[in-house]
Amino acid sequence: MPALIEIERLTKRFGAFTAVDDVSFSVARGEVVGFLGPNGAGKSTTMKMLAGFVTPSAGTARLCGEDVLERPVAAKRHLGFLPEGAPTYPEMTVAGFLGFVARVRGFGGAALRERVAHAMRLTTLEGVRLQPIETLSKGFKRRVGLAQALLHDPPVLVLDEPTDGLDPNQKREVRALIAAMAPEKAIVISTHLLEEVEAVCTRAIIIARGRVVADETPAQLAARGPDLDTVFRDLTLPAAVAADPGAAPGTVTEPA
Amino acid sequence: MRAVLAVARRELAGYFATPVAYVFIVIFLVLSGSLTFSLGNFFARGQADLQPFFGFIPWLFLFLVPAITMRLWAEERRLGTIELLLTLPIAQWQAVLGKFLAAWAFCAIALALTFPLWITINVLGDPDNGVVLCGYLGSLLVAGAYLAVGAALSAATKNQVIAFVLAVAVCFLFAASGSPVVTDFLSQRVAAFAEIARSLSLSDRLGNFGRGVVDARDLVYFASFIAFWLFVNTVIVDARKAD
Repeated sequence: MPALIEIERLTKRFGAFTAVDDVSFSVARGEVVGFLGPNGAGKSTTMKMLAGFVTPSAGTARLCGEDVLERPVAAKRHLGFLPEGAPTYPEMTVAGFLGFVARVRGFGGAALRERVAHAMRLTTLEGVRLQPIETLSKGFKRRVGLAQALLHDPPVLVLDEPTDGLDPNQKREVRALIAAMAPEKAIVISTHLLEEVEAVCTRAIIIARGRVVADETPAQLAARGPDLDTVFRDLTLPAAVAADPGAAPGTVTEPA
Repeated sequence: MRAVLAVARRELAGYFATPVAYVFIVIFLVLSGSLTFSLGNFFARGQADLQPFFGFIPWLFLFLVPAITMRLWAEERRLGTIELLLTLPIAQWQAVLGKFLAAWAFCAIALALTFPLWITINVLGDPDNGVVLCGYLGSLLVAGAYLAVGAALSAATKNQVIAFVLAVAVCFLFAASGSPVVTDFLSQRVAAFAEIARSLSLSDRLGNFGRGVVDARDLVYFASFIAFWLFVNTVIVDARKAD
C-alpha cells in the first residue's frame, strides 16, 4: 500500500534564504509523525506546502496519491489541515463556521448537520455551538480549528501545533483524540513539546534550518542521549548543524 | 458552483454580522436620497423619472464600493483565514468569485432599498418603469465593475488604506475617461487615444442604460470588464497568498 503522504525533495526559498531544503519523507496509514524543530526551522512552511498553500520552489508532495501541485483540489479533499494559530472567522458562531466548512466540502442537508454535530462531539464543543468564536477562550478556538480539520473524516491530517495554548487537561484530551484516530489515518503534527512526541507519536522527524536531521521512533531518539531534551538540543543547535554533521555527536542525516 | 455559493453565503452573512453593512446602507441611502432631492432638483424638474438619481449613483459608488472591497482580501490576511480558505478543496477562482458575488449581492440589496424613490415617482406621475429598471440594471453593473477592480487591488496589498485609495483612483480613471475634459484633451493631442478612452469609459456605457437602452455591446463590455478584473484578482491571490 502506498503511503498516504509522500513528500518528495520539497524545497522553499525566499530570496536568498532557504526555509525548507530538500525535505523528503512519507507517512503511511497508522503513523503519527511528530514534526519537531526550533522556531524558524521550516516546520510550518513544510506543512503549508503540504496543504497546497505555499507553492514549493522545487519538489512536490502527494496526498493519497494526488499531487498537491497538479491536482490541488483533489489532494485537498483528502486533507484535514489545522493552520498555525488555528485561524477562524471571529464573528461567526461555532456551528455557523463548521457549517460553512462542511458546505464548501460539499456536504448538505442531513449529512451536513450530522458532520457538524460529530465534529463538535469529538472536540467537545457542543456547549458553545451558538457562541461567536471571538468570545471563546484560546483553548476553545484551537478546538474549533481542530473540529474544522476533522469534519470530513479525512485520511490525512496535518496539524500545526494542535495543542498550543491548551491547558494540561485539554492537551491530554487532544492527544487522546489523535491517538484514537491514528490507526485509520496518516497524521503529521508539529510541536515544540518533546513530551507530546513521546505521548502520541510513532515517529519523530526533527528539522533544523530547513533540513531533516533525524527521522526515527521517539524511543530510538531518546536512546541517543541521556534524555530527549539533550538529544533535541544537540541536533538542532546552530553550532551542531553548521558543523560537519558527522562531527556532531549523535547526528544522523539519513533515516536509519 | 456549490463551493462558490458557500463562500458567497458566508461573506454576505459576514457583512451583516458586523456594523459594516448597516453603516454602508444607511450612508448610501442618505446620500443618494439627499443628492437626488437637493442637487438633483427632484421636485422642481417636474418629471416623473429617476434621471438625477441614476446620475449620482456612479459617483457615490466610486467612494462607497472601494470601502467594501478594501477589506475583502486584506481582512483574510490579517486574520490568517486566507490559509484556511485556500486549503479547503476549492480552486482559487471559486474563492474569488464567491467573494465578488457576495459583495455584488450586498450592493444589490443597498440599491433595492432605494425603492421609496421609485414608489414616489409612481405616485406623483406616470413614469416609464422600463427605463427605471434599466437604470437600476446599469447602476448594478457599475457597482459590479467597481467591485471587481477594488477586490483585485485588495488582494494586491495588505494595507486597507492603500487598497481603498488605489481602488478609488483606478475606478475614477474608468469613470472619467469618457468625460469631455479627458476626451477633448486627448483628441487635441493624441486622437487615437481619445477613441480608446471613450470606449473604455464606464460612464458613457451607463448613459445608455439611463436612457432605457440595453445594448448588447454594453452588456458585453461590463461582463468582460468584470471577468478581466476577476481574472487579475485570481492571479494576484495565487501569487501573493502566502506573503
